[in-house]
Amino acid sequence: MAIARTDQSAMGRWWWTVDRWTVLALVVLCGFGALMAMAASPAVAQRIGADSFHFVHHQLALLPATMVIMFAVSLQSPRSIRRTAAITLAISLVLLALTFVIGTEVKGARRWIGMGALSIQPSEFVKPAFAVICAWLLAEQKNPSSRIPGNAIVMGLFLLIVAMLIKQPDLGQTIVISAIVFAEAFLAGLPVILVAVGAMVGVGGLAAAYFLLPHVHSRIDRFLDPSGGGGYQVTRSLEAFSNGGLWGRGPGEGTVKNYLPDAHADFVFAVAGEEFGLIVCLVIVLLFGFVVLRGFARLMQEQNLYVVLAGAGLLVQFGLQAVINMASTLHLIPTKGMTLPFLSYGGSSLLALGLGMGMVLGLTRKRFGTGELT
Amino acid sequence: MRSPVLRSEDNLRRAVHFRPSAEGPGDADHPLTRALEMSRIRLVKAGAMFVIAFLVISLRLIDVTVLETNDSHLNPLAVAKPLEYSRADIVDRNGKVLATTLRTQSLFADARVITDPQGTATALARILPDTNETELAARLKSGKGFIWLHRHLTPDVVDAVNELGIPGLDFQPEEQRVYPQGPLTAHVVGYSDLDNHGLAGIERAFDAGLAAHAEPLQLSVDVRLQAIVKEEVQKAIYDFSAIGGTGIIMNCHTGEILAMVSLPDFDPNDMSNIVPATIFNRSTLGVYEMGSVFKIFNTALALENKKATLDSFFDVVHPIHIGRFTIHDYEPQSHPITVAQIFMLSSNIGSAKMALESGGAAQEAFLGSLGLLRPAVIELPEVAAPHYPNPWHDISTMTVAFGHGISVSPLQTLIAANAIVNHGVMVPATLVKRADGYQPAGTRVISEETSFQLRRLLRLVVTDGTGKNADVPGYLVGGKTGTAEKVTGHGYAKKALLSSFIGVYPINNPEYITLVSVDEPHGTKKSYGFATAGWTAAPATQRIIARMAPLLDQMPITETADIHNAYTVDFPGKGKKIAAD
Repeated sequence: MAIARTDQSAMGRWWWTVDRWTVLALVVLCGFGALMAMAASPAVAQRIGADSFHFVHHQLALLPATMVIMFAVSLQSPRSIRRTAAITLAISLVLLALTFVIGTEVKGARRWIGMGALSIQPSEFVKPAFAVICAWLLAEQKNPSSRIPGNAIVMGLFLLIVAMLIKQPDLGQTIVISAIVFAEAFLAGLPVILVAVGAMVGVGGLAAAYFLLPHVHSRIDRFLDPSGGGGYQVTRSLEAFSNGGLWGRGPGEGTVKNYLPDAHADFVFAVAGEEFGLIVCLVIVLLFGFVVLRGFARLMQEQNLYVVLAGAGLLVQFGLQAVINMASTLHLIPTKGMTLPFLSYGGSSLLALGLGMGMVLGLTRKRFGTGELT
Repeated sequence: MRSPVLRSEDNLRRAVHFRPSAEGPGDADHPLTRALEMSRIRLVKAGAMFVIAFLVISLRLIDVTVLETNDSHLNPLAVAKPLEYSRADIVDRNGKVLATTLRTQSLFADARVITDPQGTATALARILPDTNETELAARLKSGKGFIWLHRHLTPDVVDAVNELGIPGLDFQPEEQRVYPQGPLTAHVVGYSDLDNHGLAGIERAFDAGLAAHAEPLQLSVDVRLQAIVKEEVQKAIYDFSAIGGTGIIMNCHTGEILAMVSLPDFDPNDMSNIVPATIFNRSTLGVYEMGSVFKIFNTALALENKKATLDSFFDVVHPIHIGRFTIHDYEPQSHPITVAQIFMLSSNIGSAKMALESGGAAQEAFLGSLGLLRPAVIELPEVAAPHYPNPWHDISTMTVAFGHGISVSPLQTLIAANAIVNHGVMVPATLVKRADGYQPAGTRVISEETSFQLRRLLRLVVTDGTGKNADVPGYLVGGKTGTAEKVTGHGYAKKALLSSFIGVYPINNPEYITLVSVDEPHGTKKSYGFATAGWTAAPATQRIIARMAPLLDQMPITETADIHNAYTVDFPGKGKKIAAD
């Protein structure tokens, strides 16, 4: 691409300041996403009686849209990103509250809002928006010249969101949101004693979920004893990896997608393992790791606390989702309904990821001088 | 300390043209700078945790894809289970298969894929048994993803359906329970539903065991004897236009049931066209007033209690009037007769008077010890509880003496009668084959002497009394007839009888005991119009014993002088009677 160093257009400045390695990694992940949609979702679509390419069309239409959003957001300055985040957070919180009123109930949880042909899962958009706003508020608290009571607002927002998510119920999103807040507070210098308290609250919360929420109870029991019959998905999933071996059975040659109801979403990594093999799976893990660590490394150079916290929060969200998804597919942790970023099918998840990673790209762009935000 | 540079960073109100100075962020003591330092240190820690997480995931990936050290308890789902039948066979005592499991194909359709439901229905109706074209077409048009069209098809039909080559039709391999002996052992073996759960008989009683084990369950039943009993009881039913019948053979020493037949019967292979009455197991689930067969128990009680001997006289000249009831005899006598004659001639009046000698309480206790006041103990779910008098008045004592006013199942009558002839020892009955040579200890209910006297009387019935038609030369058959008038809506019906015969042989050391009941037989020219046990059940028993003894390799016994003398009972006027014959 011939873009001159001296090119001062928005495009030109973006090209020379953005982290092009991360862009490449994200584009490759999107490519895998398109591949997996074609590999895994026709079987799922057939099983539920939809047109074979129902999910494929959907996903292939959404992937370019996601990349456009990602690019558009990454053009913005950190300040503008903050504004975008604030607007997104406001809208998605309202929609989140509305799920209780006009939400569609799917598999016992009210997480979706139908808007014409589209249905939106507001909690997906809450995550990146909250990560950025939370970072800004925590940075404000550290700034002696600011009077904004950042910590208090963060606490209030966090409790509000968690209350709504548990009401839905959506334990997975609760965990991710909590992890974002915890990670950002940790980076903002949370005293070690409070870090320990936070960790204990997290463990306590999971224990409470185990005893209070029946579906969490059964998930964990089944993880501990898959022979009880409930470990069907995980057993099939491990079988898929084993079938795939080093090089996989070839695209479309897998069978796990015929058995797993969530083969195109939560268990897409198993389909990848069966059809493309260990090497490709390791490449995918490497890509996720690269995006997270490369982002962290860029943030090390950053002079502005808000940017560091926001970028890190977004990357924690991205990395944690990947880790939880892959770990549960590999039977390292109990199954948790969580999408694998860019690879799983899911419109809201994909668009929200575009937004979030666009923010990461924007925040990690080279800004010369100091803590300037423009 | 205030820094203009740092204040500008997040201050939305700052001037737009403001540019920060170069030295601003270098201020090491500023809280924001310190926070930034802290965040960098902790960013490294967070990064390290991610590195560990991604490394663990990578190692686990290598583990499950290449190393395949899969948790062993997760494997069973991955292993196909070909030709592993889910239910054990049931076999008879010689290993003949009574119930087995076959792999079959069941046809189902995906109506969403079927393009021509009407044509498909027409084609299938021609091939599938018992199907209706219109109904098939309606179901194929339903648009449902899964429709059972026919369970358990034969290979021929599967081939024919495949020949059609219609997309949307598919087969599900299944297992089907098959009963190669058909109706022959239906009431004993029972049957199971489409999904192979036992619903009746041994199939139900041993449901869990059959589902859990691969070893066949070996029953005590011998299908050869089962076939003999069925034929002979069926013949009696046919000859005397009866509505049903029962036949049981038991080994006197082991309690093993060798045959148990209830007619009419049913084919467990085809439960779709079943008449409910045929499923009813008369041997165990039916309770009947067994009639004079009960005189075996009544006489045993009187002898055991020393209230009488075979030679004691009882006045049977006048019918007994008690309340509104009258007890009378079929063959009224003009003079008192002995206990032996009462048994041989089956006198109701004499039996009632014998019973009063012991009293109701002793009678109730004695019948209780014979297991006649509780459900029979046998490995079948279909077992009925007996009906007996409560309270047990004198009138009850008198009627129970000759088997009325108490209803019991044929099987428990047989078990009790066996205790009387088996040297006084009651052995538990079973439908499961006992280990070779094993004899259950049993419990003594009467003395060896009483048992011997009763065997003499049973032999007398066959040689000189009502059971002559049961005699089989060479096998020393003993027995007792019982003809009961069946209870209908309003008292006893003269014409509706239950004619039963207990047979036992050889009488000097009983090996096998049989019971044959014929329900509502009607007299024929050949039986001189009689439908009593001596003309219906006794000949059937005779034929059964004559056929089974050679089959069981039992040589005819020579009736030595010792045996003859021991088992011959004298009574007043005996010689005259013989001369008359």
